[in-house]
Amino acid sequence: MTARKPLARAAADFAAGRIALAGFVLLALLLLAALFAPWISPQNPYDLAQLDLLDSRLAPGARSAAGGIYWLGTDDQGRDMLSAILYGLRTSVAVGLVSTLCGLAIGVSLGLAAAWFGGWLDALVMRLADLQLSFPSILIALVLLAVLGQGIDKIILALVAVQWAYYARTARATALVERRKDYIEAATSLALSHARILLRHLLPNCLPPLIVLATVQVAAAITLEATLSFLGLGLPITEPSLGLLISNGFNYLLSGHYWISFFPGIALLAAVVSINLVADRLRDVLNPQLRQ
Amino acid sequence: MLAVMSLLVFAGVYAVGNPMDILVNPQSDQREMARAAAALGLDRPLLEQYFIFLRHAAAGDLGKSFAFNVPAIGLILERMPATLELATAAMLIAVILGIPLGLWAGLKPGSAAGKSIMAGSILGFSLPTFWVGLMLIMVFSVTLGWLPSAGRGPTANLLGIPVSFLSLEGWRHLILPAANLALFNLALVIRLARAGTREAMLQDYVRFARAKGLTETRIVGVHVLKNVLVPIVTVVGVEFGSVIAFAVVTESIFAWPGMGKLLIDSINVLDRPVIVGYLCIVVTLFVAINFVVDLAYSWLDPRVRLGETGS
Repeated sequence: MTARKPLARAAADFAAGRIALAGFVLLALLLLAALFAPWISPQNPYDLAQLDLLDSRLAPGARSAAGGIYWLGTDDQGRDMLSAILYGLRTSVAVGLVSTLCGLAIGVSLGLAAAWFGGWLDALVMRLADLQLSFPSILIALVLLAVLGQGIDKIILALVAVQWAYYARTARATALVERRKDYIEAATSLALSHARILLRHLLPNCLPPLIVLATVQVAAAITLEATLSFLGLGLPITEPSLGLLISNGFNYLLSGHYWISFFPGIALLAAVVSINLVADRLRDVLNPQLRQ
Repeated sequence: MLAVMSLLVFAGVYAVGNPMDILVNPQSDQREMARAAAALGLDRPLLEQYFIFLRHAAAGDLGKSFAFNVPAIGLILERMPATLELATAAMLIAVILGIPLGLWAGLKPGSAAGKSIMAGSILGFSLPTFWVGLMLIMVFSVTLGWLPSAGRGPTANLLGIPVSFLSLEGWRHLILPAANLALFNLALVIRLARAGTREAMLQDYVRFARAKGLTETRIVGVHVLKNVLVPIVTVVGVEFGSVIAFAVVTESIFAWPGMGKLLIDSINVLDRPVIVGYLCIVVTLFVAINFVVDLAYSWLDPRVRLGETGS
């Protein structure tokens, strides 16, 4: 083991994988694009005053009536696809991140508590997780949305509901191994409070597998949200995500206007692939057994 | 007009009459079932109990579909063969293509073919299924014009069940949605087969078989394949349930007249009896699938029969 700081070492390890580095750069670019969408996109796709119906369904690279170029074409309302994709990416990424963080917080709290206190709490949490994981996530999300209705808060709720069990299981499994170790015994014999041991001693040591899992789950959440929106059960039309853009393009696919669906799909694919590449590398970097 | 009004009123009354009860009660039974299925395998009394519940629900609790005015269960069962056919076709594609590709990638992990197979499988995991479906339509239906983009085509009766794989036209309709639905599991089977092969090739029994002078074909085809199959059978069985669930998406894209499309249509018009009925039937299918997987598992791997039950 070198004496370098763990974070710097992890970063150097990470950068050693070239494909992962490319994935990371792509991801960073996409995140920046999503974050600054209102400033870098050529038009505000949801300001009706900026749309021109004469420009509807133009092919990529076509000139607009006002003289600009639509690099990725326009949709049926004369909306610039590039701008729509940037805004859609923003919504998709935000939903993915928020739902994952909420799911992580809930799942980890339950998982750690289950491992630490055991007994009926453990049995209850794990039975719930078993139950949850025995059904495909899309089915659970569909049912929840059928009952709850549409809306960004509801889809986040549905995504949290399908995710928490993964974190709870992983947190519990890791914590059960960690709690037998000496440092936990040391902390216990110092008579520290349960909360302090759990949060300051146990949690940090359980984090590596959870970080990897959460990274993968962000990609899964983005895909699931896009799928639900595509089915018309996710986000309302006022907050279009990539899934809704693709779904809109589906109506024009058969008449050969491929770009309305194609490019949002490429953006979605780029986001999911880059996240998965980063997660794959993180798994190797954060697993000390592989670093011998 | 009157029909629409009565429909609205009926739906309103239904909604006011605490729909949560209707949705949650059967759900808690499902949960009981799922838990039993997961923890115990399956035991008879609960299954019987479940069928009693189902019969009861079909007779009275579920009522008729608001949209179609026929019993919800009948409506769903009528569409089940289409979904099962699609799901089976998808699974067959995944297994028939996935096992050889995975074996190949596992036997020659360093080769260009092995690497590109693995890259393809990573892509299979990452590609959003519904978008791939659209692109398949774009390429094969719109640009090339080879295959139809929607519907099921003509069906023929096989033992009283309408199936479409008996005619060429049926195949032409089936192939795109099935390929789309197969994509994720194809990637999964390739990974499992590859990992299983790499592990098996290092085992003593393979070395022993080589020492005995068996041909490479026989070693891979019999000794390795048998051991690779165990995890694949489990996963394929468990995944069959999620294929049925994901068929919701594929059916919507390809306008395949199965239960999944019915579910989406029903959610859009708040046709609650159909939604509840769909859930009941899908959960029954899940339980049945888990049961069959457990049986197949213990048949393939004798160790499970003796020791603790495999989970």
